[in-house]
Amino acid sequence: MISAGLDIGSRTTKLVVMEDGRLCEWILRPTGADPLGAARALIGGRRFDRLAATGYGRHLAKEGLADLALTEIKACALGTHFLCPACRSVIDIGGQDTKVIALDASGSIGNFAMNDRCAAGTGRFLEFMAQTLGLDIEEFGRVACDAEASVRLSSMCVVFAESEVVSLIARGAGGKEIARAVHEAMADRIASLARTIQPEDGDIVLAGGVARNPCIRPLLEGRLNRRLIVLDRAQFIPALGAAVHAGDT
Amino acid sequence: MEERTANLEMWRELGLDIKAHCDLLDLLREVYPAIYMSQENRPPGMAYFDAAIAEIHGDRIRELLEHKASGGKVVGTFCVYVPDELIYAAGAIPVGLCGGASVGADRVDALLPRNLCPLIKSIVGFKESKLCPYFASCDILVGETTCDGKKKTWEIIAEDTPMHVMELPHRKSESGRATWLNEVAALRAKLEELTGNKITRESLSEGIRLANGKRRALARLYETRKTNPPPISGRDALLVSQVAFYDDAARFTHAVNTLVDQCEAISSPRMPGEASHPGSGYGHIASPPRGRGGSGGGVPGAPRLLVSGCPMAVPNWKLHHVVETSGASIVCEETCTGTRYFENYTEDPGSSIDAQLAAIADRYLKTNCACFTPNDGRIEQIKDLVREYKADGVIYYTLQFCHTYNVEGMRVEKALEAAGIPVLRIETDYGMEDAGQIRTRVEAFMERIG
Repeated sequence: MISAGLDIGSRTTKLVVMEDGRLCEWILRPTGADPLGAARALIGGRRFDRLAATGYGRHLAKEGLADLALTEIKACALGTHFLCPACRSVIDIGGQDTKVIALDASGSIGNFAMNDRCAAGTGRFLEFMAQTLGLDIEEFGRVACDAEASVRLSSMCVVFAESEVVSLIARGAGGKEIARAVHEAMADRIASLARTIQPEDGDIVLAGGVARNPCIRPLLEGRLNRRLIVLDRAQFIPALGAAVHAGDT
Repeated sequence: MEERTANLEMWRELGLDIKAHCDLLDLLREVYPAIYMSQENRPPGMAYFDAAIAEIHGDRIRELLEHKASGGKVVGTFCVYVPDELIYAAGAIPVGLCGGASVGADRVDALLPRNLCPLIKSIVGFKESKLCPYFASCDILVGETTCDGKKKTWEIIAEDTPMHVMELPHRKSESGRATWLNEVAALRAKLEELTGNKITRESLSEGIRLANGKRRALARLYETRKTNPPPISGRDALLVSQVAFYDDAARFTHAVNTLVDQCEAISSPRMPGEASHPGSGYGHIASPPRGRGGSGGGVPGAPRLLVSGCPMAVPNWKLHHVVETSGASIVCEETCTGTRYFENYTEDPGSSIDAQLAAIADRYLKTNCACFTPNDGRIEQIKDLVREYKADGVIYYTLQFCHTYNVEGMRVEKALEAAGIPVLRIETDYGMEDAGQIRTRVEAFMERIG
């Protein structure tokens, strides 16, 4: 049986294909302004026995494209459990949302927490701050890792943080230090979100596009006093979870 | 839409901003059918409440103005702690003025800080933008000291509007009770002065009877929601509670009792273990899943959720709409527009006015609001309600910047989760921007408890 998971996220759309429970293919492209178009382009000529959609475009996809829909929270839990059955919690930092999910032994959702409507603590925040410093997103994470010192950023609001960064630049703070400060502020925010659900002991899986950022993981590990596991293709975990769901149902 | 000339004239006389007010009503006429009329198989008695919403600024205002023309008074209130019994006893009509929509942002921003709860902003917005005929019909407003935002807002409103503030104590202690009893007596004096009517033992007995009758009808309605599936949607039950705040008390009570009779007829023919009863006359119990608007009654097997927290004033239907179009049923509201409004009856000792005032004070002090400290009775009460209503989970609902309910939410969540009751916390305002995110969370919550 060929099952597939489609994750229509705010920034990128991901597709994972599985055959009889074995992972065969994972691809992505930017979502842009036409989520269904992006999904169709990604699927191309592929055919599946069952396709499950997740992400903010899941309901849209269910009208004609996908057979099933599930939330990105459940999808993330299923994907994490598939790759790392021993892990009991996952932090998923996406473009628009950040979520912390506790799993039970069977991989079902326990408690979960999600950021409110604002972009604080999401990938979008990092993107925006990188842009303010004139760095591309990959470079931004690397530079922050290399920084030997940091300054203090007090605001997590994208708009306020931008003016704070601008005044830090005006005061002569270095780009590296500011990049570091942005990552630290972000890690503070996510760590407090994680604490609200009091994840069980053990390693935590880090998922979502921001898992690719080299600076966030060690900062979160220090704050949560836990080991964070970044799996290969962390960005595909919800799409994988959707594919698992499609295969199970 | 073309407004009735008589209404336009009435609103003009009340000093409303006619154009903005027509726009507001047009919006209501667009939103209401989408949320309410899209439901299938509603009990026929809901037609009364549909009409009450349709005429919220029309016929009901005309009734208030007729009452005023014959010498009666209208009293605006903002909280379930203000005793309706006294207002009825003085021959006056109470109307709840809390707002559930964001209006007049330009005027509000000039008067209030941005980080204030949307309910208070809405009150000021409706008043300052001249969009609320209820405000314009009131002879006096009765505020209370439930929260910091409200009590400081009364000072602003009092600059141009007659206002009486009741000091609600924040501790259920002996001294708190003494304060509250004094405040109840002071309101009596104020109402007598306003109306020129003496509040007597007899009139107060009548006021207590009227208020209790309303509570009894609502309690009956909520009782029907304990069945599975509930005979009425959460949206409809919320609407009934909302209408309670401004409708004529006797007529409202009658309409609710009629509705309850229908709800009981829907629920009762079913025997335990019997999935449906095709002959009940309300086909929905047997009928297959319905369209996108969801069902006016509950769907068998749908997750049953209890909503706990802040009030939802008209036209705040956001959470109920999102939840019920995601496939769950809301079976109870532990809110001011829910159980806090109707729970506990006022005893009528009948022996003396003083005994009656004490009974009124005691009845209101039983209400568990987050403005009290400590307020552990509320946590126990929510657990009891979850059990009674067989709820699968609790949505803890707070309005942004409502510090009392927000802070208390942490302890409520912890206590409920420890008791094995799943909790989803939603903090939001009157905007629709976060409806998608709320839907995701609600769906994930259903995945969690399902």
